[in-house]
Amino acid sequence: MSASVGYNFGFMDEYAKKEIRRTVLKAVAIPGYQVPYSSREMPMGRGFGTGGLQLTLSLIGVGDNLKVIDQGSDDSVNAVNLRSFIEMTCPGIDTTTSVDEANLIQSRHRIPEKPLRDDQVIVMQVPYPDPLVIVEPSEDRRKIQHGEGNYSKLLVKLYEDIVQFDEITISHRYPTCINNHYVLDPSPIPRWDVPKMHQSRALILFGAGREKKIYAVPPYSKAEPLVFDDVPFRIEDFRDEHSVRRPCARCGCTSSFLDEFIDSENGEKVYQCSDSDWCDEQLAQQGEC
Amino acid sequence: MGYVAIKGGGKAIEAAESLLDFQRAEQGADALPLDTDSIEHQLRNLTSRVISEGGLYHPKLAALAIKQCMGDSLEAAFTLRAYRSTRPRLLETAIHNSSGMRVTRRISAAFKDIPGGQMLGATTDYYLRLLRMNLLDESPEQFQKVASNWFKDMPKDAVPETFPKVVDALRAEGLLPPVNRDPKSDAFDITRDPLVFPVPRSAALATMARAEQGGLLTIAYSNMRGYGDVHPTVAELRVGYLPVFLPHPITGEPIEIGEVLMTECEVVAMYESSDEGSKPVFTLGYGACFGHNEVKAISMAILDRALQKGAMDGPQNPSEDAEFVLLHIDGIDSMGFCTHYKMPHYVTFQSDMDRLRTTQSKRQSGDQA
Repeated sequence: MSASVGYNFGFMDEYAKKEIRRTVLKAVAIPGYQVPYSSREMPMGRGFGTGGLQLTLSLIGVGDNLKVIDQGSDDSVNAVNLRSFIEMTCPGIDTTTSVDEANLIQSRHRIPEKPLRDDQVIVMQVPYPDPLVIVEPSEDRRKIQHGEGNYSKLLVKLYEDIVQFDEITISHRYPTCINNHYVLDPSPIPRWDVPKMHQSRALILFGAGREKKIYAVPPYSKAEPLVFDDVPFRIEDFRDEHSVRRPCARCGCTSSFLDEFIDSENGEKVYQCSDSDWCDEQLAQQGEC
Repeated sequence: MGYVAIKGGGKAIEAAESLLDFQRAEQGADALPLDTDSIEHQLRNLTSRVISEGGLYHPKLAALAIKQCMGDSLEAAFTLRAYRSTRPRLLETAIHNSSGMRVTRRISAAFKDIPGGQMLGATTDYYLRLLRMNLLDESPEQFQKVASNWFKDMPKDAVPETFPKVVDALRAEGLLPPVNRDPKSDAFDITRDPLVFPVPRSAALATMARAEQGGLLTIAYSNMRGYGDVHPTVAELRVGYLPVFLPHPITGEPIEIGEVLMTECEVVAMYESSDEGSKPVFTLGYGACFGHNEVKAISMAILDRALQKGAMDGPQNPSEDAEFVLLHIDGIDSMGFCTHYKMPHYVTFQSDMDRLRTTQSKRQSGDQA
């Protein structure tokens, strides 16, 4: 599907891209607020990152260097699929697997381990844009609650968790308050990645294609996970039974989010960095030593 | 040790794609590919469904989508809808009156003798659902004869081009409220504006017009069975070709640019207590969609009525709740989200396990204490 087949640069027509850019401006101006937009159908399934894809296609231009990741990896099927579609419809752009080289990053479920810079934009794919959906099914009522900054139902849910399980059980999509007002759903990133949004140098954009919302955490914004004064926010715990931090079995890093899987040969549990670019970089640095 | 996570995705995707294309052609060396004209005409109901759910009136491309998706109506509608994203919106049609429709079928369940008369047209309504075994090995000659015989026997006295609308007669009698149209209010374009609730009725109608047939039917059926009380009477159901007019680029005069096959349904429901002073009248539900699809048009008309009731009195049933109905009937949205669960969720599942293990160990140490 080259340009000769008749598709516009970035697949969508120019009016559609313009609308998305205007929506982005509004999202940046009101941190954490979910801005409705019309959301075009993309040639991949709703739920496969069409919101993120529309943002990327509207923002990318010739000379931009794009990185696409899914589950932290540039090689996962969905990342490969999205990247090749963007390459096909946006001739003249570059793609990379390196966080350092990219100026635009589209991601699903992870924020890279390496802190982002202020000349970078990260686009997150979002299945559920509204953190209130777990306590309020009606969008109409949720909109009022957001406007009033009324997150009492969410706080009650957290409190009930503590009463029932002695722990907050929200594992990912942890509700996070931006600049003291709007609470957003940070997309299904693990709790591990939530602190990376706080005072992030890079602009973080969120695109929910099916739910037709765009929202943002502008650079240098406050991003505070919803907690109680006496119950701290907890990230995933990768310590073993002796309270020793597990290393990545490949690069030995003890400060990254780990994937666990069963070694097919000996049946043992193995841990590896979820962020493949990070893991490669750690290995490369060891090679230099 | 190699990087275990999800490598080699690109090759797997390519291989899957070529396998899919093989399936399309696996019938063998002597087989002929389906030609899109045959799909458009012989699978006309499937084509109708795809143009309606795809939200693009293009029977030829719909037939192509059906061919490449091997008959999966959700996938075909999706492919057509995605193609639509690449096209700009250049013009807007004015409001069209369906009394100008070149009708191929129109019936009313309300009156035996409607103005213009009942015209059954092509319908499966009274058709015995018996398998016609002789079609198993139908020869091209037999097949072609069906159409030529039909034309030979066609009555000479031509059927009228169009028919008056039943609801106009009901309105004239004062049984239905007059049309309440604000000339300044434009129709809501769901392809250019997101739904922010509460939405105008035109937004609800547009959303239902390209809804997935099964989803629409399911929610409408819940109302028919008892989770709601529309109790509709089909005032009129008509199928036919509606001429489409656009303003001439220079003179601005409306000119006919073509016609679209449509199904339209108006249901009349029991009356409501009206505003003080005015006399009570029946209420109306409206449904219309591209193509020949009567189940969809009737379901839509019932839901239109149910949603209007919900908007006025507050929703008492799922089918009266605009958010519930309108956000769950789109086939492209719902099938996309359903299939996305097949994608890797390693990171979130890792995070889930962390929460479960922490909770388990807390419970365990609590038990020991």
